[in-house]
Amino acid sequence: MSQIHIKIKENDVAKVKEICASFNNAPGELINVLHKVQSHFGYLPAEIQEIVASELNVSTAKVYGVITFYSFFTMTPKGQHPISICTGTACYVRGAEKVLEEFKKELKLEVGETSADGKFSLSCLRCVGACGLAPVVMIGDKTYGRVAAEDVKNILKEYE
Amino acid sequence: MSTMNITIDGHKLQVEPGTTILEAARKINVEIPTLCYMNLIDMNIEHKPGGCRVCVVEVAGRRNLAPSCVTKCWEGMEIKTHTMRVLNARKTVLELILSDHPFDCLVCAKNGHCDLQKMAQNFGIREIHYQGEQSTYKEDNSPAIIRDMDKCIMCRRCETMCNDVQTCGVLSGINRGFMAVVAPAFEQDLEKSPCTFCGQCVAVCPTAALTEVDHTNKVIRALADETKTVIVQTAPAVRVALGEEFGMAPGTIVTGKMVAALRKLGFDKVFDTDFAADLTIMEEGTELLSRLNAHLKGDKTVKLPILTSCCPGWVNFFEYQFPEMREIPSTAKSPQQMFGAIAKTYMAEKLGVKRENLVVVSVMPCLAKKYEAQRDEFKVNGNPDVDYAITTRELASLIKQSIGDITQLPDENFDRLMGESTGASVIFGVTGGVIEAACRTAYEVYTGKTLEKIDFHQLRGFEGIRAASVDFDGLKLNIGIAHGLGNARKLLEQVKSGECEFHAIEIMACPGGCIGGGGQPQHHGDSSILKARAAALYKEDEGKPIRKSHENPEIIKLYEEFLGSPMSEKAHHLLHTHYFDKKKKIFIE
Repeated sequence: MSQIHIKIKENDVAKVKEICASFNNAPGELINVLHKVQSHFGYLPAEIQEIVASELNVSTAKVYGVITFYSFFTMTPKGQHPISICTGTACYVRGAEKVLEEFKKELKLEVGETSADGKFSLSCLRCVGACGLAPVVMIGDKTYGRVAAEDVKNILKEYE
Repeated sequence: MSTMNITIDGHKLQVEPGTTILEAARKINVEIPTLCYMNLIDMNIEHKPGGCRVCVVEVAGRRNLAPSCVTKCWEGMEIKTHTMRVLNARKTVLELILSDHPFDCLVCAKNGHCDLQKMAQNFGIREIHYQGEQSTYKEDNSPAIIRDMDKCIMCRRCETMCNDVQTCGVLSGINRGFMAVVAPAFEQDLEKSPCTFCGQCVAVCPTAALTEVDHTNKVIRALADETKTVIVQTAPAVRVALGEEFGMAPGTIVTGKMVAALRKLGFDKVFDTDFAADLTIMEEGTELLSRLNAHLKGDKTVKLPILTSCCPGWVNFFEYQFPEMREIPSTAKSPQQMFGAIAKTYMAEKLGVKRENLVVVSVMPCLAKKYEAQRDEFKVNGNPDVDYAITTRELASLIKQSIGDITQLPDENFDRLMGESTGASVIFGVTGGVIEAACRTAYEVYTGKTLEKIDFHQLRGFEGIRAASVDFDGLKLNIGIAHGLGNARKLLEQVKSGECEFHAIEIMACPGGCIGGGGQPQHHGDSSILKARAAALYKEDEGKPIRKSHENPEIIKLYEEFLGSPMSEKAHHLLHTHYFDKKKKIFIE
């Protein structure tokens, strides 16, 4: 006999409910709601998904289905310094792959993962609109242009 | 709007606007193969994700091939359904599906019943030209349903049954691309989801991605164990569907042959769940009348309507979805569990067998019965009242393994003392049947008069939600009936909001009732099969010499010898249960 118990902070629940209400709790607004909720919490843990599902009167399975379909949504919290490597066409042809491999090696992380100490998370994105600077890496709000694999170590040193 | 003229393979025909190519083709008996498509006409549900692309056809003037299930006809459309281009495309599509499907057909649970296998055979596939990675997922073994998603072809029929028909919301397509699969939230096991184990997903799965937990080997082992006395009970809906597994027409009544087969298999006693259905009516009917009488006297603490509780899928449903209303269903156990409780006390004593040496097997049209049988509240010191619940399909498999066939067997009768049953109990297997059986008995007990017309035709039919009234000698009893959990939800919402005033409501989880259960031979959405099974049950009812539960001599004897009276302390202990709140709890810190 299964019963799932979920723990969550009261003001977090209130925030999720507030966001849902701002979209009139309409099931059709699921993706918009998830966008807003993720921008507030940084990620979409199972507990939050349960609340969204119950507020919008859709099944939790459906919410989870949407979250796993769109790569933008994530269930893992982002690091203190989220690293995004542009793998858009321009960056890719100028060696973004090698830069990405170097970050993976240095941080011992796969794309989509967050380091155990919560400091760094690694993700890819498609084009930040700075193709002239390709390959581009973003850490938090800071943009690094013309990054080569050899630069990675030095960049990471800034955050030690 | 006026009709449109189209041509299919040279045949000219007129269709209504909005008609799809597939619908038009079927109208003139032109066969277009489909795989993901599913049309449940009586439920107003057409599942056409347009995903598998097996149904493609060539349309003149259109560059690419058109999926016929989702392409609407237009004026002057010229369609060709089996050009070389079409046949090649279909083969390619099927080979691509097969390239990510395990090749274990000979030892697969669905061997011989698989839509994909049949299609590969029909298309003459002899070679798979595409080789690549095979997707693998962890197997999910619940007490009733096995999910082996390696065999999923993403037709998503199960999702339609789970979400649109049953409104359980357990399954959803998750992930994308090669990793895409149908799963419960967070890819948890079914047992940790609000799954009711109704088995409607299993009933429509074209492959062995969703199958029942198979207990046939456990039954064979028990039958071979000389220290065990093995008895069997058979649910009403099994006897009108089992024949289909042996090539007989839907609706063939095989009660006598089924009994003969079970005896041949080696069961020490072959009993009938129908006996326990009569017992259910005694308990549930008495409960209905006592609640009704109290209500009529103005007792506000008594809650009406009373809801039936025979269906374990339905019980799971309200425990998950409407736990706040769990006080209204009858506390009477289901016939399966009543049978088990009486078998392991009264019958064990009669047979001179110790409880632990008595094995009770039940043959059910249902997967939720497997879950019900292993609920903790139906065990005594860990020993379950019902040891194994097998489906109609599993019984067919047992028979095929051991004695081959049933068609040539003579008709035999059930063993006595828990084998006598009435017409009222037979119709437990069809929507409206339980409440009709209850009315037959409740009427006579309430009015003290003999029922003139035994058939309550107003309670019969296939409408998803029905309302009818029954005249109890001046007292108008309002009855609600729902089959399919989506309909049950609608009816329950009405009760919750006080919109309707029913005295009693019957609910069955599966569309059509138990005749359409998740454990029955697959009907592929063909409702004429369900209607044939229903007609057979009503025919069986009409042919019974006794048609009212309270007149069953074995039931009368059971109360005289053992239970005392309905709702007695002993009856309450053995034949009634309680329900749990299984709604997901969100604890706020």
